[in-house]
Amino acid sequence: MDAYGGASLGLLGDPTRRAILELLARHPVSVGELAKQLPISRPAVSQHLRVLKDGGLVLSRPDGTRRVYQLDPDGVSALRAYLDRVWGQALRAFQVAAEAITDDHEQEES
Amino acid sequence: MSTERTIPAIHGTITVGVPIERAFRVFTGSFNTWWPREFHIGQADIAEAIVEPREGGRWYERGVDSSECDWGRVLAWDPPHRLIMTWQINGQWQYDPDPEHASEIEVRFIADGPERTRVELEHRLLDRLVGGQALRDGIGQGGGWTSILERFAKAAGNEA
Repeated sequence: MDAYGGASLGLLGDPTRRAILELLARHPVSVGELAKQLPISRPAVSQHLRVLKDGGLVLSRPDGTRRVYQLDPDGVSALRAYLDRVWGQALRAFQVAAEAITDDHEQEES
Repeated sequence: MSTERTIPAIHGTITVGVPIERAFRVFTGSFNTWWPREFHIGQADIAEAIVEPREGGRWYERGVDSSECDWGRVLAWDPPHRLIMTWQINGQWQYDPDPEHASEIEVRFIADGPERTRVELEHRLLDRLVGGQALRDGIGQGGGWTSILERFAKAAGNEA
């Protein structure tokens, strides 16, 4: 259960992917434009973009003959979905506690 | 420039087989006993999660190493009917003291008979939390909202 301390960030553990996200946060760009602004090859950029896309952080869409990449606005919705899950789980746990705890035990709590 | 997005509030409802007074007491006074331990923001494992029972009170966790991490503040304390708290955990997964960046949680307790209580929860103003600055700063600093997702995903995975 060492879920937090020093956990590697996976998707964002790579500085190049963080740099790509920073660029995409400004405006949508193509692979070629990203490759020009980063010290890595075009295929390497594509590979990072694929990871980010698979992770649900980035979207691509055709723009004429090229593809442009942008941040996935549903990434924000995903946060909401997770919080939704937190509350769902918390409320169920609350229900169990409310129905199990006697007044005596409650007094001991605080 | 800013992409205004309104994130719908989260709603949760649960009915518990206890009187309204007890429902409120357990929710607030015994918060520590039921809050899922995997959802915490401190580096240390959580020892206690506490809601201070008054308007303006703190809502925070204490880690096993005694470190404390604020989660928010109590905005309304109206036992046994209503509780409003802020959730101020930002895109960097840290407490953000700026009230402008605070999302809100309202919990209403409604008696549904002498031994039954419906608890309705709304977590709203989520765009304050994750929108705009928090989102962009988070990405800029390499942690950010995506790391929240990963932490939650991990926590959810551990729990599943």
